[in-house]
Amino acid sequence: MALRPILSSLRHHKLTAGLLVLQVALTLAIVANAAFMVAQRLQRIHTPSGLAEQQLSLIRVEGTAKDENHEARHAADLDTLRRIPGVQAAVAVGWALPFSSSVNSYGVCPNEEALKRAMAASSLDHSGCLSIDTYSGSQGFLQALGLRVIAGRDFTPDEYVTGDVPAIMLTRAAARKFFGDKDPLGQVVFAGKHSSRVVGIVSDVVRPMLRGDGSDGEVMLWPQLPDDNETTYLLRSAPADRDRVLAAAATALQALDPDRLIPEAGRRTYTQMREDYFQRDTTMIGLLLSAGLGLLFVTALGVAGLANFWVQQRTRTIGIRRAIGATRTDILRYFQAENFLIVGGGVVLGMVLALILNLLLMSRYELPRLPVWYLPTGALALWALGQLSVLAPALRASRVPPVVATRSV
Amino acid sequence: MFGYYFDLAMRSLKRNKVLTGLMVLAIAVGIGASMTTLTVMYLLSGDPLPGKSARIYYPQLDPETGADVRKNPADLLDYISAHDLWQSGKADRQTMVVFGSIKLQPGLAGQSPFMADTLATTSDFFPMFDVPFRYGGAWNAADEARGVRQVVISDVLNQRLFGGANSVGRTIVLNGTGVQVVGVLDHWRPRPLFYMLVGARYSGGDTGGYYVRPQDVFLPMPTALDINAGNFGWFSCWGKPDRMDLRNAPCESVGLWVQLDTAAKAAAYRRYLDAYDAQQRALGRLSHPANTRMMSLHEWMAYQNAVPSDVKLQTWLAFGFLLVCLFNTVGLLLAKFLRRSGEIGVRRALGATRGAIFAQCLAEAGVIGLLGGVGGLLLTLLGLWLVRQQPVAYADVVALNVPMLLLTILLAVAASLLAGAFPALRASRVPPALQLKTL
Repeated sequence: MALRPILSSLRHHKLTAGLLVLQVALTLAIVANAAFMVAQRLQRIHTPSGLAEQQLSLIRVEGTAKDENHEARHAADLDTLRRIPGVQAAVAVGWALPFSSSVNSYGVCPNEEALKRAMAASSLDHSGCLSIDTYSGSQGFLQALGLRVIAGRDFTPDEYVTGDVPAIMLTRAAARKFFGDKDPLGQVVFAGKHSSRVVGIVSDVVRPMLRGDGSDGEVMLWPQLPDDNETTYLLRSAPADRDRVLAAAATALQALDPDRLIPEAGRRTYTQMREDYFQRDTTMIGLLLSAGLGLLFVTALGVAGLANFWVQQRTRTIGIRRAIGATRTDILRYFQAENFLIVGGGVVLGMVLALILNLLLMSRYELPRLPVWYLPTGALALWALGQLSVLAPALRASRVPPVVATRSV
Repeated sequence: MFGYYFDLAMRSLKRNKVLTGLMVLAIAVGIGASMTTLTVMYLLSGDPLPGKSARIYYPQLDPETGADVRKNPADLLDYISAHDLWQSGKADRQTMVVFGSIKLQPGLAGQSPFMADTLATTSDFFPMFDVPFRYGGAWNAADEARGVRQVVISDVLNQRLFGGANSVGRTIVLNGTGVQVVGVLDHWRPRPLFYMLVGARYSGGDTGGYYVRPQDVFLPMPTALDINAGNFGWFSCWGKPDRMDLRNAPCESVGLWVQLDTAAKAAAYRRYLDAYDAQQRALGRLSHPANTRMMSLHEWMAYQNAVPSDVKLQTWLAFGFLLVCLFNTVGLLLAKFLRRSGEIGVRRALGATRGAIFAQCLAEAGVIGLLGGVGGLLLTLLGLWLVRQQPVAYADVVALNVPMLLLTILLAVAASLLAGAFPALRASRVPPALQLKTL
């Protein structure tokens, strides 16, 4: 089909066509970036924690009397919790856990030289030392969380203490960061002046607050018993039992000591905890999706609206063309080709705009670079959208009878 | 004349209802989206202390003695430094703040104990931050020094404990100690909770939590240290603290705010802060290199990046959306006006000026804008309602206010006039002779 008549006709509608081009371009730029952000956030909220999340729930106890013996209190509480039917494991845990939004991190050096370097430079930077996120808990917390020892050994019962710990475990990522290819087992690390031995490597688990920079698996575990006025207990049960177990645990713990507080907000299954942690992302996904769809809708309306006008405006011209031999298909194709050209112009401009917008977002919101394949995909989608929205007006144009040409307006 | 144009506009709009509807809808959706996000943005980025924030400052120094030296001092001070600076009384007003929680045993039967958020502070806090009282007032400075068992409670807690009645003189039990209520706050909701805006710069833009309402119990600092040891919030520690001893803990947990009424006083306070820092290092209590700062409240909020990054992103997105909607409207209006070229040609031939044609077309665009504005307003209300349903700390403050309502209508009309100006200009340039010939 000859494009020349279309182009020369478009030259008469430079402005209207130009505006449509701009609209398509802006839509592509925004929608491509919004789609990319949705993909990013989706990936984020599906980050595996490494825990047996489906089976875990947490209960927080506050306001323990200040002069109480915490260890004895925990032992009594845990004993009670383990007797609840359906509870497979119960442990006390530190305040930081994956997706808990609380962080417990320590500056740790892989050897004494690194420690000296850090001390001399008064900084952890470039010393080989690392501020590392740490999880702790009472005896058996690894197994209760659903973590496995993949090399070395588990903590022994006498290694669980309230102060400085004699032994630690690292994830593979943390071990690689500290020791490179060296065997981490048996190495001694320094947390301040205190040293601990690496006794095992634990299966992958993510840090409490994700950074998304590839370092989320750098985690240390240590056998430190909680020693606060506020304690969190972790319960493991069958997924379906979790709500019942949590309610039973609250009643049982309250019965042990009527004075303390077990707030409703401190009773959560791990599923709820994950949802709370990613709440922001879920909201953002919803917003981005509705904005993107809204934009596409508005653009489709714009295309359809303009095409409608042009069909009305050119009714007589169409009649003449039909009268001198153009088929219905010719008319239909004409409008489709015209739309294809306009959207094509918009798409080319839009791809450039999308990249510029992405650069802007990268500098302001730490968004990664837009993968190139988003651009042709978005372009195809807009082309398809354009063709769909022009179809109805174009069909109407093709049904204009040739006799129109003979009538005066 | 305007009435006639208005009438013409209505007729023209009625002629093609679907198209008019689409234009109005596009503007309404664009306006609704941008005004929703702009309202949230406006509410979250406003001045928490209007008329006063320029005189409020936040002194900082590096009190740590650990191996790691921070580039920027920690967001809070250790107790000793904060207390020394506070006690010097060098500023027009000064106050310390320490965040914590405490077990509260209500006096009434049938109410179970709960943990209440507390702020340990000093008597200047209330006049310095223009905190409104419904009943009573703050404790006085002399009583504070003696560790008086008095507290100020929030209106929310007063509602919960005393059903909103005047509770001044009543007693509540905190951590087993009876304390007397001396003041009940009126509704007070600074956004963000600026005096505890610490750590926000590390949150990666997730700052929604800094928009919570103020604490429920305000305790005199010495009283809080007596009755609530072990329950304070730590920011960061460079050594292992004795949790029961905040005064000597190697931890940052105290915020110090000062009010300095003139630039000269601010400069003098900076010199004093440097001198204090130098003196403490000479004494050997501080070991890190000198690193003092004193930001104004505005600078502090900018430094902490208080407005959640998602809210900013949403605002950009919404305005991009509005832009596309406007392009849409410009295109449709252009097509619509130019289609009437014949009609316009006749009017021009009968003596209408270009200005008259321009005004007529613009009136039509304005009507679309007005309709779009009303629709946008409804959508904004819907949008804000949706924001309120979100589990975010600032949900309760999200509401349309008068300036935003006016801005919505103004924005809609301005946007549609802007969108209409160009098509109207084109329409007014239609040469009458050419059009008449083709009729």
